[in-house]
Amino acid sequence: MMVPEALALSAVLFTIGVIGVLTRRNAIVIFMCVELMLNAVNLSFVAFSRLYGATGQVFVVFVMTVAAAEAAVGLAIIISIFRHRQTVDLKNINILKG
Amino acid sequence: MLLLQEAAAAGAHPLSGSVAEWIWLVPVFPLIGFLVNGWLSLSSVAKIGPKDPTAHHAHHGHETQGHGDAHGHDDHHHPAAHKHAKLVSIIGPAVLWASFGLSVSIFFALSGAHAEAPFVKTLFSWMPAGTLSVDAAFQVDQLSMVMTLVITGVGSLIHVFSVGYMREDPGYPRYFAYLNLFVFFMLLLVLGANYPILFVGWEGVGLCSYLLIGFWFSEKANADAGKKAFIVNRIGDFGFLVALFLLYANLGSLDFSGVNAGATQLSPVVVTAICLFMFLGCAGKSAQLPLYVWLPDAMAGPTPVSALIHAATMVTAGVYLIARSSILFSLSPVASLTVALVGALTAIFAATIGLKQWDIKKVLAYSTVSQLGYMFVAVGVGAYAAGVFHLVTHAFFKALLFLGSGAVIYAMHQAYHHTGNHDDAQDMRNMGGLRKFMPITFGLMWIATLAIAGIPPFAGFFSKDEILGSVYARAHGSTLADASLLGIPGSVLLYAIWAIGLVSALLTAIYMTRMMLYTFHGGNRSGEKERTHLHEAPWIMTGPLVVLGALSVAGGWLNLPNFFPAGPVQALHHWLEPVTGEAALRITHGAEAHLELATEYMLVGIAIAIAVVGIAFAVTRLRTETLVPKAQSPESEGFERVLEHKYYVDEAYDKVVVQPLVGVSRSVLWKGMDAGIIDGLVVNGSAYLARGIGWLGARLQSGQVSTYAWVLVIGVLGVLGAFTLR
Repeated sequence: MMVPEALALSAVLFTIGVIGVLTRRNAIVIFMCVELMLNAVNLSFVAFSRLYGATGQVFVVFVMTVAAAEAAVGLAIIISIFRHRQTVDLKNINILKG
Repeated sequence: MLLLQEAAAAGAHPLSGSVAEWIWLVPVFPLIGFLVNGWLSLSSVAKIGPKDPTAHHAHHGHETQGHGDAHGHDDHHHPAAHKHAKLVSIIGPAVLWASFGLSVSIFFALSGAHAEAPFVKTLFSWMPAGTLSVDAAFQVDQLSMVMTLVITGVGSLIHVFSVGYMREDPGYPRYFAYLNLFVFFMLLLVLGANYPILFVGWEGVGLCSYLLIGFWFSEKANADAGKKAFIVNRIGDFGFLVALFLLYANLGSLDFSGVNAGATQLSPVVVTAICLFMFLGCAGKSAQLPLYVWLPDAMAGPTPVSALIHAATMVTAGVYLIARSSILFSLSPVASLTVALVGALTAIFAATIGLKQWDIKKVLAYSTVSQLGYMFVAVGVGAYAAGVFHLVTHAFFKALLFLGSGAVIYAMHQAYHHTGNHDDAQDMRNMGGLRKFMPITFGLMWIATLAIAGIPPFAGFFSKDEILGSVYARAHGSTLADASLLGIPGSVLLYAIWAIGLVSALLTAIYMTRMMLYTFHGGNRSGEKERTHLHEAPWIMTGPLVVLGALSVAGGWLNLPNFFPAGPVQALHHWLEPVTGEAALRITHGAEAHLELATEYMLVGIAIAIAVVGIAFAVTRLRTETLVPKAQSPESEGFERVLEHKYYVDEAYDKVVVQPLVGVSRSVLWKGMDAGIIDGLVVNGSAYLARGIGWLGARLQSGQVSTYAWVLVIGVLGVLGAFTLR
């Protein structure tokens, strides 16, 4: 059934996503890494649905829906940031600094 | 006590339904006077406020402390009298006369009723708090009526005198408002049927004393003297309060009747503690060692105030309190001996200071302290009637002396006023030879002097002799003689007290004669121009003096000694028996203290001899010719200098009490506690702490998304780790 392998791949993808979020500076790349993490989770949902029934697959549909909405909003924000500051490098976007 | 219970069992008190039901009106009259005069004073305050061009005359018509330096201005027109002066002159004394009249009728009702138990008129329940219940109640008994008569009688005379003395003062209505208020509180003090009412009066007279000492408050010395009196009295009042707490804690009652009924059940230690704390209060109010220092300074007030408050009435409140609590004191020989000893030491201490004072009022002030010492000797040895007797006669002759000195100061000041002289109108070195100018005052003051010195047949002789005789008798046989204080047997102490009393009597005769010689005899030293303006005070001032003079002569008839051939023997003694008899009997082992007739004659002979020797010594040794006005007087030397500086007690208190207190307050309480700990650590410290925490929080808010992400991840890992490793 390849469940352990699928879960392992999911963990690897998730970790890659986390590291990407933590280490990259470009907002677009970080955004893509977030999507990668979401999809890693989707993969684990699908894998678990093999064991526990179809609920996991229903979740995946929801996650993809929300991810699509989130992608639209996120990209819109990034574009408007770029319009204001001519950059999407997060090092320079720190106006919430205490 | 048996009699008390019998009377209570017998039902209605013989005085109920009589004029004594109106006892509450006696203090209310002066209260009305206070309200009216106070309103008159306040309603016209704008007219006499600081902006008024005549306001700086406030102290001008009269003497003040440190007078010589006080005058900085050269105008000498009379200040205008207050616009309500006429009305105030009527209301002020009239309310006192009304009280006096009512007191006299109640007095006669009481003496006609032959009541053994006190008549208590309860007005309303004042403090019903759990088991503590205090009524607003007045007590009519033999002791309270004697005090009431003295307060309202002598008080009325002093009020009349004040009309002449203070009439031109811009603060005239305020003066009478305070004076009326004082009488109200004083009457509350002596008429209250329980300790809390007494305490209200006690504090009230302290307040009025403060207000009147600082009556001319625009001069700092006067205001300071008022504060000193108030603060020193607080020390005593603390003791009084502790005594009340102890009484309530141990007896559950604060009524005189309740306390007296339960007193015998108290343990000796508790009684002694109560009495000693109570005596601390008395020492403050009645200016005994070591708290006497405020009374001489209190002379900064107007002279009639000195006569009323600081000689005749308020300062005797301590004597009244001990006589009122005689049952408690008789149960504690140690406390009684302490009272007598402190009284004796005060008597001789103040008398020696009085020998070298130049301010006429200071002489009288120390004389008052000394005589109060005598009264405490009397109530200390359980001769309560003798103490009250001396209280009464002292009120007569000391009020006369003070008012007489007021008349002298008034005359001196008028003379100085006419010529623009800025010398000290109270310094005896500036007086001399006043007998030619003020013959009435001169004669009356001599009567009072002979009375205080103890020359028969004047009032002071009888009361002082009674005290000394009582001390001598108690040394022979009493519970006090059997007890001991600080390891010294009581009988030895009592003999010593008796001897001290004799020496004080000698000193009294000397310093009083000295005062009279320097003031009225010899040549006049007030100056050529001033001399022509010296004259007798108006009749409104000399009139009260004449009445007091008559009382100073006849006052001794109140309580003639046993061996006296004629008259009502021991009248006051028998009169007070229902109040103080039980306590006095307990101290004398249940027997009436009687000395052998030969001993009595010997004691009287010694007393007279001492008074005569004192006067003769002063007359022959003091040379008025060598006196020069104050401005040219050299500094005295040696022990005289110590006496003139009052043993440097004020300086010592300043060094030992005031300076360390100020130092500790400044360095520890202010700089350390207030500025350091409260302001620095607590107030500013919490602000610094908040700012520091905020700074740390701000460091977290880097604004870098990746930092937040890191924190988030670490947090998630932490939570997951906690779940999995659990």
